[in-house]
Amino acid sequence: MSNLISLNQIKRHYDVGGELVKALDGIDVSIKPNEYISIMGPSGSGKSTLMNIIGCLDTPTDGTYQFEGELVHEMDDDQLASIRNRKIGFVFQTFNLLPRSTALRNVEVPLIYSNTPKAERLEIARSSLISVGLGDRLDHKPNELSGGQRQRVAIARALVNTPSIILADEPTGNLDSKSGIEIMKILYDLYTKGNTIILVTHEKEIAKHANRIITIFDGKIKEDRANENMIKAL
Amino acid sequence: MTFDAIRANKLRSTLTLLGISVGIFSVISVMTAIKTLESSIESGLNVFGTNTFLITKDPAIQFGRNEKYRNRKNINLDQYFQLKERAKLPILVSGGDETQNVRVVTYKDKKTKQAPRVSGGDYGTLRTVNTYIADGRNLTEEDVHLSRSVCIIGADVVDVLFPFEDPLGKVIQLNGINFTVVGVTERQGQSFGQSQDNYVFMPVTTFLQRFRGKSYSLGITVESESSELYSETLDEVIGALRAIRKVPPGEENDFEITTNDELMETFGSFTGSIKIFAFSISVIALIVAGIGIMNIMLVSVTERIKEIGIRKAIGATRRHILFQFLTESVFLCQIGGIIGVIFGIAAGNVISLVAKVPAVIPIDWAIYGVISCSIIGIGFGSYPAWRAANLDPVESMRFE
Repeated sequence: MSNLISLNQIKRHYDVGGELVKALDGIDVSIKPNEYISIMGPSGSGKSTLMNIIGCLDTPTDGTYQFEGELVHEMDDDQLASIRNRKIGFVFQTFNLLPRSTALRNVEVPLIYSNTPKAERLEIARSSLISVGLGDRLDHKPNELSGGQRQRVAIARALVNTPSIILADEPTGNLDSKSGIEIMKILYDLYTKGNTIILVTHEKEIAKHANRIITIFDGKIKEDRANENMIKAL
Repeated sequence: MTFDAIRANKLRSTLTLLGISVGIFSVISVMTAIKTLESSIESGLNVFGTNTFLITKDPAIQFGRNEKYRNRKNINLDQYFQLKERAKLPILVSGGDETQNVRVVTYKDKKTKQAPRVSGGDYGTLRTVNTYIADGRNLTEEDVHLSRSVCIIGADVVDVLFPFEDPLGKVIQLNGINFTVVGVTERQGQSFGQSQDNYVFMPVTTFLQRFRGKSYSLGITVESESSELYSETLDEVIGALRAIRKVPPGEENDFEITTNDELMETFGSFTGSIKIFAFSISVIALIVAGIGIMNIMLVSVTERIKEIGIRKAIGATRRHILFQFLTESVFLCQIGGIIGVIFGIAAGNVISLVAKVPAVIPIDWAIYGVISCSIIGIGFGSYPAWRAANLDPVESMRFE
């Protein structure tokens, strides 16, 4: 099967007060469709930078990045925005919902940016929220929802444009254990339905939900192995 | 999206609106006021018919006293008849004069409360002031030659003296002198709160005999056949009158020619300077308001850095963000502008109430107002919007 994502010698250097910080220093990763990958590493290891680059939020200083054959490292801001919009679904640790908008509105936003007609937009947003079990919370604003519910809104939002990958950055980091389990179950369901999931976490237990675990340390890949003991959240 | 943000910051948005409103208000109210004045003065000035000019001894609009005019010869009846004889191009040469000396006009036991204007003229005079006979007849050449004691009365005089009677053929008294009413004119309405219908009009010869002593100077109105012949007619009449008044060649005219255009110009230059003044004040007010908008938008962008980051992460392009913030600032400006326009027109029209002239809605200025609001919105909203559009998604999402 051809690669969905291939990173080749990806480097990301920052200049912090005249000092060169090598957040990523030559990363080679290939990801095939319908993989469930955990990216692990302690804070400062470069896993967030890697996630930003995979998520097209940031561009590498050096190296090549192909996403479904498209050369991401050569793209300008607006092309990156378009890739993020159509191909990547983000789930963040802090949910990152628009605080003043209802759940439905939040889920609708990516569709606005992909120029989906309004009627269709509402229909997709509604069914996406129903699929994460929030059919009765459409008109609630984020502050009227629990943490677990907010994260489910975020997942619904990530799914509306039927992305090629779902990028989850510490999705359970701000949740109690029960809500965390719920979220992991939803992600597992998505994986079993054929989605590709990239989970960024520093918790070993969470990382074990994936079928492949990549460990980053000091901007380099320390380990990249299949996970035989995948936790099947049920 | 835009509206969510505006609704969430009601007070701030309202204050910003207010700045724009005041700026637009100032320009619209002054322009409305000027427009009401203009329209009423213009209708007042348009008493002159088209292609018509007026010859008088003194200028129509005069500032201070001037010996030059005082020493001029009066324009008497004889000169008027001679001019009428000599000038071939005009289709109408009418001489007239008026007085305020008649206090009351009576008919049987009824009398007018307000002193009417009493004027003399000939069969052409009414036409040159755009007034038409409603009933009865106009003056004739014979009336003038025979100095008949006949008169034409305005609608106000009819109202007071003949509420239930037909005025035609009735005899009314002016300062005790009898005049037979031969005609009634159409109602003209008001100009500057003054009725244009309170007058008695009679043959110029009769008028001079009854109400003027030796010292009088006629105003002669001349109408040319068409606008093409206007300047030719003007030249001929000036030439003829110079000959009649024996003005030596090379010397200035010893009489004044007033045209409608000239009156308009004099008035126009006056309102023009007010307009420029009001306009420059408004421009300053709007710039200040624009700075206010920019400030608010910058605050709004800073406040929403995280939101912008989220939007960019889920696929908003620079253009989407730019558009969102520009819409917000243009929307704020336009609402402010519309409020300003409404109050401005209202305030300007208060003047029309005071001056008793018809209300005016300066559509053109209202449109300029709203357009300039959009320009301010775009102009002063661009930089904040541009800043928002160029934020880095990763850093913005981390912003707290």
